[in-house]
Amino acid sequence: MKDRYNEIVMKHTPKEDVIKNALLVFLYGGILGAFSEFLLRCYVMWFNLPRKEAGVAVILTLIIIASILTALGVFDVCVSKLKSALIIPITGFAHSMTSAALEYRKEGLVLGIGANIFKLAGTVILYGIVSVYVFGIIRILIIGG
Amino acid sequence: MDTYIYAFLFCGFVCMVSQLILDNTKLTPGHVTSLFVVIGAALDLAGIYDKIVLYCGAGAIIPITSFGHLLIHGAMDIANENGVIGLALGIFNLTSAGISVAVVSAFILALLFKPKH
Repeated sequence: MKDRYNEIVMKHTPKEDVIKNALLVFLYGGILGAFSEFLLRCYVMWFNLPRKEAGVAVILTLIIIASILTALGVFDVCVSKLKSALIIPITGFAHSMTSAALEYRKEGLVLGIGANIFKLAGTVILYGIVSVYVFGIIRILIIGG
Repeated sequence: MDTYIYAFLFCGFVCMVSQLILDNTKLTPGHVTSLFVVIGAALDLAGIYDKIVLYCGAGAIIPITSFGHLLIHGAMDIANENGVIGLALGIFNLTSAGISVAVVSAFILALLFKPKH
């Protein structure tokens, strides 16, 4: 009985959706990557920045755009369509912070915004820092830098 | 011109891999972003990620893997000069701009806007 049930479930689970999703996300993510390269070149040209600093300027631009779109409520609509293409780039990081800040605003400035702003973004920072210490100490001890 | 193509391919590839993980496992976006930060930090070994940035330009700077790479890159720069204490001193050297701007803009926008449901 259970085998038969599983069989039916397997038959009706959409398979192509996963592949179609992945290809769409590839396309959208790629467009975002190419657009930010275009933006980087514009910053290099307009402000005479070196490429490294222009890269930081691109990151800041995307963070501010994503935060404003989140506050306007547009970003959530976009995420439901573009999925990972907006979560994996730095826009997802900015979105998680702004949405947490907006969500907990009503609980006060300190206990609401202050206590919850890193609620979702904290995991990225936590595992980033811990992995840096682990990899860093290993690299210093074994290959010396 | 090549940089545009490589930026498209790399950024698209990273997003596609994360979408495949999200669709085929029970992991949430929080798990996937944490995983990618750790992968980015690991790829700083022997300057691998620096080479990717050289070829893919902003396409490699935008994904969250770059956050892990910048964290360990800043830390190792100072650690090479000052020893192990450099890890603690330099860890936010390159990412401070991103984090501080994200915090300030989130705070200001939370004061100005109301959440929409």
